[in-house]
Amino acid sequence: MAKQQQSKMSRALQRRENVAGYLFMLPSLIFFLGFVIIPMFICIITSLTNTNMHDPGMFGSFIGLKNFTDLAQDAVFLKGLANTFVIVIVSVPAVCAFSLWVSSAIYKLSGPVLSAFRCIFYLPVVTGSVAVTVVWKWMYDNYTGILNSALTSTGILEKGINWLGDPKTALWCIIVILFTTSVGQPIVLYVSALGNVDQTLVEAAQVDGATDLQVFWKIKWAQMMPTTLYILVITTINSFQCFALIQLLTQGGPKHATDTVMYYIYYTAFKLTEQAGHFGYANAMGVVLAIFIGALSALQFRLAKEK
Amino acid sequence: MKIKKVLALLLAMVMTMALVACGGNQNPPADKTPDPAPSTTPEDNKTPDPEPAPAEPAGATEISLWTYPIGKWGDEATVKTLTDAFTAKTGIAVKVEYLAYADGDDKVNTAITANAAPDLVMEGPERLVANWGANGKMVDLSDLIDDTDRSELNAAALAACTHTTGAIYEYPVVMTAHCMAINRNAFEEAGALQYINEDTHTWTTQQFIDAVAALYAHYGQTVGAVFCAGQGGDQGTRALINNMYGGTFTNAEHTRYTWDDPLNIKALEQLKSMDGIEFDASLAGGDEIAKFYQGALKMAFCWNIAQQVNPNSANTGAEKTVTGDDIVFMSFPSEDGNASLQGGIWGFGIFDNGDQARIDAAKEFIRFFCDSENTVDAVKAANYFATRSSAADGSVDLSGVWADDAIMNEYTKLMPFLGDYYQITTGWAGARTAWWNMLQAVGTGDDVAAAVAAGVAEANAAAAG
Amino acid sequence: MKIQSGRSRAYKIFSIVVLVILAILFLFPLYWILTGAFKPAQDIYNPDPVFWPTEWVATNFQNLFKKRTAPLFSLVGLEGPVAPAAFRWLVNSVFMAVMSMLLTCITAAMAGYALAKKRFVGRAILFSLIVCAMALPKQVILIPLLKEMSALKLYDSLWAVIFPTVGWPFGVFLMKQFSESIPGEILEATRIDGASEAKTFITVVLPMVKPGIGALAIFTFINAWNDYFMQLVMLASGENYTIALGIATLQAETSIDMGLLMAGAALASIPIITVFLIFQKYFTQGITMGAVKG
Repeated sequence: MAKQQQSKMSRALQRRENVAGYLFMLPSLIFFLGFVIIPMFICIITSLTNTNMHDPGMFGSFIGLKNFTDLAQDAVFLKGLANTFVIVIVSVPAVCAFSLWVSSAIYKLSGPVLSAFRCIFYLPVVTGSVAVTVVWKWMYDNYTGILNSALTSTGILEKGINWLGDPKTALWCIIVILFTTSVGQPIVLYVSALGNVDQTLVEAAQVDGATDLQVFWKIKWAQMMPTTLYILVITTINSFQCFALIQLLTQGGPKHATDTVMYYIYYTAFKLTEQAGHFGYANAMGVVLAIFIGALSALQFRLAKEK
Repeated sequence: MKIKKVLALLLAMVMTMALVACGGNQNPPADKTPDPAPSTTPEDNKTPDPEPAPAEPAGATEISLWTYPIGKWGDEATVKTLTDAFTAKTGIAVKVEYLAYADGDDKVNTAITANAAPDLVMEGPERLVANWGANGKMVDLSDLIDDTDRSELNAAALAACTHTTGAIYEYPVVMTAHCMAINRNAFEEAGALQYINEDTHTWTTQQFIDAVAALYAHYGQTVGAVFCAGQGGDQGTRALINNMYGGTFTNAEHTRYTWDDPLNIKALEQLKSMDGIEFDASLAGGDEIAKFYQGALKMAFCWNIAQQVNPNSANTGAEKTVTGDDIVFMSFPSEDGNASLQGGIWGFGIFDNGDQARIDAAKEFIRFFCDSENTVDAVKAANYFATRSSAADGSVDLSGVWADDAIMNEYTKLMPFLGDYYQITTGWAGARTAWWNMLQAVGTGDDVAAAVAAGVAEANAAAAG
Repeated sequence: MKIQSGRSRAYKIFSIVVLVILAILFLFPLYWILTGAFKPAQDIYNPDPVFWPTEWVATNFQNLFKKRTAPLFSLVGLEGPVAPAAFRWLVNSVFMAVMSMLLTCITAAMAGYALAKKRFVGRAILFSLIVCAMALPKQVILIPLLKEMSALKLYDSLWAVIFPTVGWPFGVFLMKQFSESIPGEILEATRIDGASEAKTFITVVLPMVKPGIGALAIFTFINAWNDYFMQLVMLASGENYTIALGIATLQAETSIDMGLLMAGAALASIPIITVFLIFQKYFTQGITMGAVKG
């Protein structure tokens, strides 16, 4: 860390830092402000209005917090919010635990075997979300899908399950796909983190008679904390990117079992219903989601800082 | 240092690209010729005219058409032949985009939001009139329809294309009655052929119930699916449920949704109790057709003549599944065998993009395909029946378009059953959403009467605005 | 629970078995895409899954290629030859992903350096904004962004997909973490030698954060390639589609012809998988580098 002493800087020096800093920031700021912050700002303002598709103006008329009070009573939105949380709360720890286990099982294997495993688990990421979704849709198919066929022909199930058509299974089917496309990177990260664990500490602990499990938790896990935090961040980001899966597989159904806030925003904005183009309302959902995500990020960041 | 050069080069490249892209965007092709329209015209595309126009362009040189898959109007090769003929005659190029029922509406709505709606759109009145038209997005086409046209056009079709304000937001081209279909070989194997009248293509509700039971006894699996993943093909589920015991969907005045009719509830309960029928929330209409075509389902509720002629749009032969089984189209079962079939009407509408030149060019297009000798081609491409008896002031006879087509002729047996076109009832889009959500609820075991009541309340709330 | 060495051996065998099963499960979708793409219609429509094509055919690709056509490229009014639209979609995807990658790397490297090493006013606020915006799904700003692109006349162009990707601040965050490790003394020394800020950045900073740029490049490329949502909303005409959007559109149109869809999926995934397999080492290095400081 460079420890430039703020107090010792002359004003000229501070000005120079300002100019240089902002010049370096400029290209990035143009995009960040232009395509993230300004839209977010407009989103917040319009969430207080009745802006819609049928009025040509950018801002409709001000209606205060009505969109938000309506949201609080919108059963579909609340269901979507709950589903969004289920997805994040289930998939993030599952991805972390799974990739940690896989990595600890493979990191000592010989080079080619190790990289083969790493590759295989990374493949769904590079296959692309749409290609993956399309093939999973076929595999989940109620009538001709391989999943039902395999389960019924081996006698595990008597009758096929309508995976995507049953509210009890649909969300889990989505989570499974999300899971397979999320573990690739964490595995790569954990493998290298395990390889970098300070061996002298491990040996010292073993001399002291620690079991493998103790060594793992007390030494390796502790040393991998930064990696874990990073994985938490990217997996959380990833979990919010499940739009393609929902739009292409279930469109939020059945019975809103797979509605997420992300999909419901799109639905409210562009699906052909009488409520279609109710932009103010959709933006209000965006604001609510942003608040939750902001809080989540702040929490993670605080955790990271403590480390 | 090397990296510096590379970086400089990249930056330069990026900047040029960015400039090029922006520059290319500022000259919409439609503005090539001076026109009285405001210069802030939104543009749909930035590809320049691919070929020089043979005729002197009157106004716009390129218009865009977005079409839903209506027969072969969803097939690039067929549509290209049609639009090429138009371009050769008028010098107006047509840029076509193909929409799917699954997400076409979203695409149009997105484009409207971005001020980039297409000039022309091809679909039915439930979207063009009841939604985009009612919301003031469409151009009134009344000036294209004079008294002669009125006498030639099917009155019911024209009425469906007319908004309550009297504005005509869709120029109808083709129409049909939606029906259902059965796999004849499967029926034969299961001994269920006795339940259908192959000559009149009709059956009663009891015969339908018996046939499903026979099929289920033979195959031991779902033979028909009340599909409800989304709105796609929902006319099939509506017609099935309404016809079984004579329930209604809306009142006669098209002001209120009436599907809480006890007769519909009775039909839903009956369907729910049948082993061979599954309420399947993983299928929409198109998927159901596919499963039927594939032989997994033995009957399809989402069917019509275009499917009969070219099942699943797969070009593997008329009236056959992929495995070569015979497909028989059937009227929906009803207590006396006389069903009331759902009509389908398709035609063109024009989005009001504020550019008179392009609106005029789009009208030119409509005249070309809806009221001239080319109407025959437009109708044939759609694989449906013409909405008018003759075109071009009576000089083109359309009654014999399908005269020498045996399948189309056989299908005319169903046309007398064509029922009320209620799809233009206010709140239609909300009502159909409520409908398939209701089916999903019934499918997962919710109380039928309660689910129907909740759905119809939602639909009527949409109708009330 | 204590694991003795005998049990530990059993555990090892157990874990290898589980790993192999998992590996097969993870490979299966890809296997299903690749075989499906070459299966004849009777295998595709067979209600019982066919594990190995009875006959390897190219019909699915032929159908895919003749279904839609588009000019192979179009630049400044210059149009390429008419080709199967799927090829155009690939060209678009590559262009979009590469542009996103380049712009992100350049802007993020500069901004990350400034945030880490320049003590300018407002730095803390900017950085917290960046952290908060990092996990923001694009759906949140969907409507304002669409209207903005429409106003900028970028709607229905690939730039409408590229710019928001570049604006996404994860790259800046990553590069900031990387730039922290640049020793201040070196920067100080360069400045004393009289080097300009630009020269310092290019000759000293860039070489030191190169691994970070590599990680970011990979991350951005894959993300852009997979960012179906922005493509769906921003692109309207078939010739501007990316391969992901194109395949999704095909699925919406013909939810049935699985052979055609698998051919599309194969086309969409094989190029990027090939790149991945060739540069596998750099991928893993890059990803790992990203985390060391993250």
